Amino acid sequence: MKLQEFRSKEILARHGIPTLPGEVTTTPAGARTIAERLAVPVVVKAQVLAGGRGKAGGVKLAATPDEAEARATDILGLTIAGGPVRTVLVTPAVDIGHEYYLSAVLDRGAKAVTIIASAEGGIEIEEVAHSQPDAVLRHSLDPLAGLQPADVETVTAFMGIPEVHRSTFGSILEGLVAAFFGSDAELAEVNPLAVTGDGRLLALDAKIVVDDSALPRHPDIEAMRDLSEEEPAEIEAREAGISYIKLDGTIGCMVNGAGLAMTTMDLVKLAGGEPANFLDIGGGARHERVAAAFGIILADPNVRAVLINIFGGITRGDEVAHGIVEARAGLDREVPMVVRIVGTNADEAALILEQANLQIAYSLDEAAELAVAAAGAGGSR
Amino acid sequence: MSILVNQETRLLIQGITGREGQFHGQAMLDYGTPVVSGVTPGKGGQRTFNNRVPVFNTVEEAIRETGANTSVIYVPAAFAPDAMLEAAAAGIGLIFCITEGIPALDMLRVYHTLRQQGVRLIGPNCPGATSVGQAKVGIIPGNIHRRGTVGVVSRSGTLTYEVVQALTDEGLGQSTCVGIGGDPIIGSNFIEILDLFEADPETDAVVLIGEIGGDEEERAAAHIAEHLSKPVTAFIAGRTAPPGRRMGHAGAIISGGAGTAESKREALRKAGVRVADSPLQIPALLRGPVG
Repeated sequence: MKLQEFRSKEILARHGIPTLPGEVTTTPAGARTIAERLAVPVVVKAQVLAGGRGKAGGVKLAATPDEAEARATDILGLTIAGGPVRTVLVTPAVDIGHEYYLSAVLDRGAKAVTIIASAEGGIEIEEVAHSQPDAVLRHSLDPLAGLQPADVETVTAFMGIPEVHRSTFGSILEGLVAAFFGSDAELAEVNPLAVTGDGRLLALDAKIVVDDSALPRHPDIEAMRDLSEEEPAEIEAREAGISYIKLDGTIGCMVNGAGLAMTTMDLVKLAGGEPANFLDIGGGARHERVAAAFGIILADPNVRAVLINIFGGITRGDEVAHGIVEARAGLDREVPMVVRIVGTNADEAALILEQANLQIAYSLDEAAELAVAAAGAGGSR
Repeated sequence: MSILVNQETRLLIQGITGREGQFHGQAMLDYGTPVVSGVTPGKGGQRTFNNRVPVFNTVEEAIRETGANTSVIYVPAAFAPDAMLEAAAAGIGLIFCITEGIPALDMLRVYHTLRQQGVRLIGPNCPGATSVGQAKVGIIPGNIHRRGTVGVVSRSGTLTYEVVQALTDEGLGQSTCVGIGGDPIIGSNFIEILDLFEADPETDAVVLIGEIGGDEEERAAAHIAEHLSKPVTAFIAGRTAPPGRRMGHAGAIISGGAGTAESKREALRKAGVRVADSPLQIPALLRGPVG
């Protein structure tokens, strides 16, 4: 789960990392009030999960409360990476002397938590890593010992932190690692970590991504979830225990297992169609789960056909077939369906599907081709 | 022969009295797997599966009383890390962790602790392994196999079954099928399993099933080019996945061009691996001339 800037800074501040005061609001008038309270020139920043908000016009300076209101009006009217901006952070503007980059990431290749650091901050670290690979440090921590004084020295030296800021930087790095472990993060990033004109070292922007598997033990972070940033269908799916990602195509897919779901999408594309979604109904697909999946898939108006691909290993094929037939009876929209159920009790499943006049496919490739054909026919009406 | 599990396996089920442990325990017994004992803290002294299998409170007791040498874990995510650590500390040499949803930082600690102890871990979030006709450990359906000489290694679950079924339907039997799991931090990678297949006299060819995210397939490709004499055929899921989105498996996330299906397919092709566009093409590619 990605956290917005103000949430990420909140967590970092709890671990002693210096940030600027600031408040969030959803209205231009709110931005004016915050700017009045801060009584200094401010920056109005869109709070979105997508990157590249600066280039999209989502970050603006405002010298006065009037300007803050005007800039907030502009930004709250923006759409960034497909999503409307609903919240802005209003925070004091500062003079920036130098910008550093600092993050901790879960490094699956190294099987460790790795510190990524650079003296070239303020821009995307991928760009720095590409254009000047030597300017980026990747330093893995001992997985069992955690951050040691020698690690702090290595990172500090690489970044060329001036003497005057070293002890602050040391505590920022410690705080970042503590925040990373404390929130079960996959990424905790400060960019930029800035030296201000008045000589302070501050986290001006931050991003934390939390491991979804760890959310059950972090109810405080789960409560930070911004549902307005998510597709309603994706929220509904999560609540039903279904993995769903909406895409742009016309063929709705219902599959058990993530790898098989991706493969089904790939074969739809190979057959000349476009998948409308990724959907993994998980193991033991019972009637309620199948019904919920239908609802989610058909809520997408682009869907012109549904391809159901179930490998009944543990799951019994006839149970799934019953679930499909029952769920279909309750649907408010009729679209062509192609059903493939293989594995355990596949013959019984086929009989049930035939009696319900559902189109049956036997092979994976055939299923994809039939679904593409059905979507094409449905599309021309 | 085959790899990892066989008739010499003495299997311990952690979480044996739970719903998953009961369901899959029965299926493993039905397959003929040597299941010798189970552990559920607080339920020691009971017997399960029609009195066939004793239940203990600790792994240590289970080893002492029944000589268990391999463990399969079905306990919930909150308890699975401790279950793995307990099994390793008690002397189990090979652990399969089926449990999904274990936090990555917990797995980091478990991974390194087990490595230090020289314990082999498969998973977590994996379907286990089946050596056809000998032993089935995990959740792979027993009825999809046919005995033969193709080794299968995969990061996936049902996709693995799909591939195995396609092989079986075409008369290509399997030696052992192993699911290594879809999480970011897993105990054993493709390379380790490929080496086992390379050394196994009963395995003549290998099928590798990968998916988007991470660079395990790219690493495997480099290893195959250097160290594998047996032919490898591969399939990579996720060619149509949009960048930056997580596709169910925590491991299946791609960002910034690294870990894409195309980069993996290209790396494998360069290593002389035959790469299928669909699981159904795998049997034909396996039968094709050695590349």
